[in-house]
Amino acid sequence: MLNLYTRRRIINAFNLSISVLAMLVGLFWLCWILLTLLDHGLPALKSTVFTQMTPPPGSAGGLLNAIAGSLMMTLVGTLIGTPIGILAGTYLAEFGQRGWLAPVTRFINDVLLSAPSIVIGLFVYEIYVVRMKHFSGWAGAFALSILVIPVVIRTTENMLRLIPNTLREAAAALGAPQWKIISFVTLRAARAGIITGVLLAVARISGETAPLLFTALNNQFWNSNMDQPMANLPVVIFQFAMSPYEDWQRLAWAGALLITFSVLTLNIVARVLFRQSATTH
Amino acid sequence: MFTHEAHLKRQAVLDLLFRSLTRVIAFGVLALLAAIIVSLLVGSLPAIHAFGLGFLFSSDWDPVNDKFGALIPIIGTLVTSGIALLIAIPVSFGIAVFLTELSPRILRRPLGVAIELLAGIPSIIYGMWGLFIFAPLFADYFEPWINKHWGSMPYIGQFFSGPPMGIGMLTAGVILAIMVIPFIASVMRDVFDVVPPLLKESAYGLGATTWEVVWNVVLPYTRIGVVGGIMLGLGRALGETMAVTFVIGNAHELSKSLLMPGNSISSALANEFTEAVGDLYTSSLIELGLILFFITFIVLSLARFMLFKLGKREGQTA
Amino acid sequence: MPIDKNITPKLVVRDLNFFYDNYRALKDINLTIPEKMVTAFIGPSGCGKSTLLRAFNRMYQLYPKQRATGEILLDGENILDKKQDLNSLRAKIGMVFQKPTPFPMSIYDNIAFGVKLYQSLSRPDMDERVEWALKKAALWNEVKDKLKQSGTGLSGGQQQRLCIARAIAVKPQVLLLDEPTSALDPISTAHIEKLIDELKEDFTIVIVTHNMQQAARVSDYTAYMYLGDLIEFGDTSMVFTNPKRKETEDYITGRFG
Repeated sequence: MLNLYTRRRIINAFNLSISVLAMLVGLFWLCWILLTLLDHGLPALKSTVFTQMTPPPGSAGGLLNAIAGSLMMTLVGTLIGTPIGILAGTYLAEFGQRGWLAPVTRFINDVLLSAPSIVIGLFVYEIYVVRMKHFSGWAGAFALSILVIPVVIRTTENMLRLIPNTLREAAAALGAPQWKIISFVTLRAARAGIITGVLLAVARISGETAPLLFTALNNQFWNSNMDQPMANLPVVIFQFAMSPYEDWQRLAWAGALLITFSVLTLNIVARVLFRQSATTH
Repeated sequence: MFTHEAHLKRQAVLDLLFRSLTRVIAFGVLALLAAIIVSLLVGSLPAIHAFGLGFLFSSDWDPVNDKFGALIPIIGTLVTSGIALLIAIPVSFGIAVFLTELSPRILRRPLGVAIELLAGIPSIIYGMWGLFIFAPLFADYFEPWINKHWGSMPYIGQFFSGPPMGIGMLTAGVILAIMVIPFIASVMRDVFDVVPPLLKESAYGLGATTWEVVWNVVLPYTRIGVVGGIMLGLGRALGETMAVTFVIGNAHELSKSLLMPGNSISSALANEFTEAVGDLYTSSLIELGLILFFITFIVLSLARFMLFKLGKREGQTA
Repeated sequence: MPIDKNITPKLVVRDLNFFYDNYRALKDINLTIPEKMVTAFIGPSGCGKSTLLRAFNRMYQLYPKQRATGEILLDGENILDKKQDLNSLRAKIGMVFQKPTPFPMSIYDNIAFGVKLYQSLSRPDMDERVEWALKKAALWNEVKDKLKQSGTGLSGGQQQRLCIARAIAVKPQVLLLDEPTSALDPISTAHIEKLIDELKEDFTIVIVTHNMQQAARVSDYTAYMYLGDLIEFGDTSMVFTNPKRKETEDYITGRFG
């Protein structure tokens, strides 16, 4: 009897230590990657990174055009994707009780949420770049907006579903028409959660490389015309890191550091914001 | 009274407009999916015409003579994702168990956030880190070791022979594993959290150890959700581009050894698409994209279906 | 059901049946709600008292599988008629819920929201209306210095009075109260009961409550319901002191439920 009990306890202790080990392994990668980025990125992060254009190999330069391009395309992509996502998410949460459209859309949206982003790049290439016969910042922004939409739809629907029905009833009991109930009461009550979703979507697209490869392409020079090929941080990092030139690689590390810390900051801000709103409600 | 009637009418019209607008946009999401499939199909028509079904089984990749086949990238995609899952499933399970059952209360949240942050790191960073930091270490320490100890084993030895270059399918699989661990671990943690506390308490009440509760109560109860989470991770791994492109080696060669360079669908696209000349070359790459979309679509559908079923059962018992 | 002849009927319910999908939750209800009085619905949970209340402003129509048959006449006009505009009906019949439901906006805007739906008042008129409603709801003194603050920051009892103020600000004819004090502490409850007593000068009030003492304290008429049937309806003092039906007596003396 004691024997069996001891055996069970040993199995328990062994398996649980493995679980602790797994947790440590997870944290270990996170720390290792972040430390590597700091180690290689910080020395390369000079002020010229923010003031000069991407250089040809062998000469000095910065990432200004890439940073600007990334900001512009991320902004446009978010501006296109957010309203679409909010409206579709509103449909799923507020009007989706009857009919086939809501369940099918929900399912397809969940699939699109994790669809390979490179395929989205191919799609925009096919329907936009081929038609226009050139790569452009617009194409990149469209590709990014397609990645924003499913994220915003998902969070909008989830957040609206958390709003108690009594709030809708209370507004309806005053004689408010449905569009007013939704836009002034329920969407407003879900505001913090939806903003969190948008921030997470921004975090996701600001690091995306694959959908930009065949849409925005790259541009060695300063360009603020969205109709032209546009430099952007991820693609520049890809190109520079894969190159044999050391100064390019150094710039790639600087860019990687910038991107990672902005993405992580966005993630943390989104979480803090959501938590605050959750405690006040 | 007349203005009141007019007001009511206007509100009714606005209601209808608002509902139609959201409905049309929701429908647009379906249209988007259809558009993606159709545009990829149209783009790959030349390749489909030229190679037919044989495209799937041919290992040709010869831009000079316009001969293309998808076998090597498909195998590369499946093998790297398979390696990734082999590593990621146990580690994610361990992390989820730790977060739900073992972690002290104060650490639960920060550790959960840390794992989710790992998921937030852009994939290009994983790729770069893999190429510059991980691959050289892998080549210096791990690959010679596995070469020596496993390379001469019967049957499985052939998978682990060859020069330790640091770059290849095995490396890509490991990097992918690191990438999908946070995804799978988060889903597993979430599904473990839905197990009713009473159920666990009953098992503890019988004198079960923590491990026995996890293995015999929590896991069976959440099995569908756990599998759903794994499929979700698989979907991510299959479509992942940048992390793989950096370290897989981009060689259109069929090699038994996992230490040798290979290619995956997404890395072939990332590397060759903008440089592809000729309709057939471009079209073959687009067909690769279509195949990738098809595979991930099925995997992700299954994942969602399973998670949906778990959610439904939870709703019934609650 | 019999009711004094010298009373004006405000709402008349005729042969009302209510269905949740296939489940019949109200069975052939016939009832007259007198004007500017307080009518209470009591009964064990699941008896249909809230369902009946929610039929008066057709709140059930937010949900696909609920429907009502029969007639409910508001001043002689059938509100269950398909031609009845829902929103204007609800502007005439206000409702306050079990849990406080402040909108995610300022205290001022909470009250102005409903008013703006059907009236365009000038700024001073609106200020006056907000003040009037808050005074009626006995909340003015507590919030007059923080009208711009969020309504969600108030205490539970204050939130519920804000909801009452919001409901009366649109000057409805009928006020429906669905267990308005069940989520509140005794002091807030006393506040609101006093309020109900004052409000019946201007409004017809229907209150659902599971608290029999409350029904006895605040109402003029009481309806006792059980399993979807209206068992007894009449003058509150009669129902409580001298019930005609055995079931009612069992319930109010606590031998049941």
